[in-house]
Amino acid sequence: MSTDAEHTGSQGRSDPPARVTRRAALQTAASAVAFATAPASNAQQTGPTTSAAAEGSTIRLIVNGQPRTLSVDPRQSILDILRETLDLTGTKKGCNAGACGACTVLLNGQRINSCLALAAMHDGAEITTIEGLAKGDDLHPLQQAFIERDGLQCGYCTPGQIMSGVACISEGHAGSVQEIKAWMSGNICRCGAYAGIVEAISDVAKGGKL
Amino acid sequence: MNPQAIGKPLTRIDGRAKVTGAARYAAEFNQPNQAYAVIVSSTIGLGRITGIDPAAEHLPGVLAIISHLNAPRLPYNPHKGGIDPSYGERLHVLQDDQVRFYGQPVALVVADTLVRAERAAAALRITYDAQHPIVGPRDKQAKPIAPEADGRLEADNVRGDPEAALASAAVAVDITSDIARQNHHPMEPHATIAAWDGDRLTLWSKSQFVANEQEEIAAVFGMAPENVQVICPFVGGAFGTSLRTWPHVTLAALAARQVGRPVKLALTRRQMSFTTGHRPRTLQRMALGATRDGRLTSIIHEGTGETSRYEQFIESLTSGTDFMYSCPNVRTRYRLVPLDTGTPTYMRGPGEASGMYALETALDELAYKLGIDPIELRRRNEPRIDESTNRPFSSRSLMACYDIGAERFGWAKRTPEPQSMRDGRLLIGMGTATATYPAMQFPASARARLLADGTAEIESAASDMGPGTYTSMTQVAADTLGIPVGRVRFSLGNSDFPPAPPHGGSQTMAAVGSAIRAACLAVQDLLVERAAANPRSPAHNMGKEALEWVDGHLRRKGGAASGQSYAEIVGAAGGVPVEATVSVARDPEIDNKYSMHAFGAVFVEVSVDPDVGIARVRRALGAYGAGRIVNPRLARSQCLGGMIGGIGMALMEHTSLDARDGRPVNAHMAEYLLPVNLDIPDLDVLFVDEVDPHVNPLGVKGLGEVSLVGMAPAIANAVFHATGRRIHELPIRIEHLLGV
Ligand code: FES
Ligand code: FES
Repeated sequence: MSTDAEHTGSQGRSDPPARVTRRAALQTAASAVAFATAPASNAQQTGPTTSAAAEGSTIRLIVNGQPRTLSVDPRQSILDILRETLDLTGTKKGCNAGACGACTVLLNGQRINSCLALAAMHDGAEITTIEGLAKGDDLHPLQQAFIERDGLQCGYCTPGQIMSGVACISEGHAGSVQEIKAWMSGNICRCGAYAGIVEAISDVAKGGKL
Repeated sequence: MNPQAIGKPLTRIDGRAKVTGAARYAAEFNQPNQAYAVIVSSTIGLGRITGIDPAAEHLPGVLAIISHLNAPRLPYNPHKGGIDPSYGERLHVLQDDQVRFYGQPVALVVADTLVRAERAAAALRITYDAQHPIVGPRDKQAKPIAPEADGRLEADNVRGDPEAALASAAVAVDITSDIARQNHHPMEPHATIAAWDGDRLTLWSKSQFVANEQEEIAAVFGMAPENVQVICPFVGGAFGTSLRTWPHVTLAALAARQVGRPVKLALTRRQMSFTTGHRPRTLQRMALGATRDGRLTSIIHEGTGETSRYEQFIESLTSGTDFMYSCPNVRTRYRLVPLDTGTPTYMRGPGEASGMYALETALDELAYKLGIDPIELRRRNEPRIDESTNRPFSSRSLMACYDIGAERFGWAKRTPEPQSMRDGRLLIGMGTATATYPAMQFPASARARLLADGTAEIESAASDMGPGTYTSMTQVAADTLGIPVGRVRFSLGNSDFPPAPPHGGSQTMAAVGSAIRAACLAVQDLLVERAAANPRSPAHNMGKEALEWVDGHLRRKGGAASGQSYAEIVGAAGGVPVEATVSVARDPEIDNKYSMHAFGAVFVEVSVDPDVGIARVRRALGAYGAGRIVNPRLARSQCLGGMIGGIGMALMEHTSLDARDGRPVNAHMAEYLLPVNLDIPDLDVLFVDEVDPHVNPLGVKGLGEVSLVGMAPAIANAVFHATGRRIHELPIRIEHLLGV
């Protein structure tokens, strides 16, 4: 999945349950670097020993209601399948390591970081992406609320925020501003659209429209 | 112009595309038969490549492994865009065996699928002859230099005799600061898809400056610029990192040519930490002298920023100090320390974000020494003119910002003594600081086209990385033409459009907005000519002076008839669209006459937990005087984003380099800390109703940068108020606050 060989080891969870997956929001730069990785060496990579036989298992996914039969490489994430194989580019890649939430989709109704989910391990799963949220021309109430509350700027984190927000509400974690903030802290917005994001989720949660 | 749209809080025109996933960013323009390239980054910080084992070439799906050993020698014709350092030469990628910094691209793997390209890149064995890089400005072997004169910034400015004035000052402070290197880390990683068609190259590429990317790639490959097209309708955040064209764009084009297929190349998050610029680490000294009643008598500001060995990146680190306050004796000095790292680049609020930190924390310190309220101290030193140039300000609402900000924030409730405010066990502090950023306007051009159905198409090679360019420019065009926004379609992000300046420096509204306004006016003039030439038109044979445009209709001046609509005028001439392309530059006289800046006053309340040393922002307010606000909804969002960037700068962000090899040890989004939702409390944004008739015809100054500047010093000042501890480093970390 990631080419960031120095880091994949520590981030290898897949399918985190629906909870705050990033660090608890610690408002400080506590020596962030102390547990970083071993020093680089000049030949740190493993040798070229792949086996072509490992490639190409067949799985079935239901993506936004459509059944798909896919031949996948066992190393492929759901994120890469969506973006590169199915051309469903609404789901974003921000870090490819489970640390930003840009790739959030619903897998069997639960929010996951799709960059950490190996497609081959989810044969038969139902996936909902941002492209599957609106009903024809009718936006999902949370999509509409994001526009009205301006819960976006560049828009790159937005699909992940909205998918995460849909789950946040259905999980029952949108009872208060503080609760929404906590349960949405796995989705980073570098543009800083947090106020609008919280307002949008709060509006929809209060309105009971889902 | 009768403003119907300007000033209205319209929702984003591109909002629907963004909330449905329909908005396509650079890496999302998948091409038929597309291959994938992955950059292999150097794992040493200085030295040379001694060998590349070709075994990875035989892995499944690999189409090519490109390195200096087999890459074609590229022409790399001279090219300097307005955002390139004027001194030095950009990295020539894969052109020799030298490694100049950790993470430099040293090879490129191209394969038929992404996963296979990643696999082969991880497997590629490269050997090096490594040397020890110098990567810290405090390293004994790091030597400061004066930036080469380039006409853009002067390294040293002096008025009066600041040293003598400091020595004889009744009260003085002299403090230093060390602000960490930061990376932009927009959520969208850099990416380029390159496709050749004969000798024509199309790049779908993340860029804040498609016109420059076109010229740069044409220069690198020795092509005519018209054979390169750069397309980028959406930018997933950038904050400066996509102003320059970095080596990966060249690599994507090179790979596509080598394998004869379209190639997609996206950087990994880790690669975003070393090859695409950063806010340089800065070391500063700020000395202030004052009379007992708080009049500044001396300011000495010495600032040093890091740069690479091969280019001198300069920013306006000391510029704010030159004019911000009234003071007869001022010296500002700017130096660079070349290091074995990649070249830094502009990052939101470049220069001022770091420089104003030094000035505003020193001023806070001075306020304590004098026993004067920090806002009152600023009031006593408010200048009547820009004393560095002796020019009047085109407008300056700083004190109005302090007044409305202090009122709304409840500054009066602050008790000045450090450690005097508490909430249970938590220490509470309130701090304030000034923000400023120049109101720039580079030349820009735009095209306006009126169609037979009465709608307008507007084009400019501008960019929208999040502020809402699509929406605000549509508002400007709609009001200039006198039609509803729904009848205007604005397109940007294509180098085939009339060129626009870099989408940075808070000048897109001023520059591109002015060009769009001018293009709309020009197209109206063409339509007047058409109508006048048409014997059946009521305007037949009439001159421009006798006619007026009212709500999108042309009529006799003061006439009662509703006049002719755009559709009627265009339709009467056979329906052929009428278009005008116009370039607009600021009148140089204006630059000579006025000092033009946006200003702001920032207020912050922090809590500090004395047991664990954690500082949190509890609430904050920014009050800005930035000219006309075209769209209050979007402007508020932009300011909130800037303030949040400032919270990151003050309390979290720090790209930490391993001194042994220059490796960024936190090149990861879990370890390069950024504000997340729970970190951000209630933030408030106010705008002073500022009318600036000089700065540009729209009266706009820009908000993107000024909203970040000032936040970090306000936080540091609040931390001092809470704890009595003046922190000289950013970010402020737990270890700074233990034992308060
Ligand atoms: S891309 Fe999956 S969490 Fe960042
Ligand atoms: S809108 Fe840009 S990262 Fe969230």
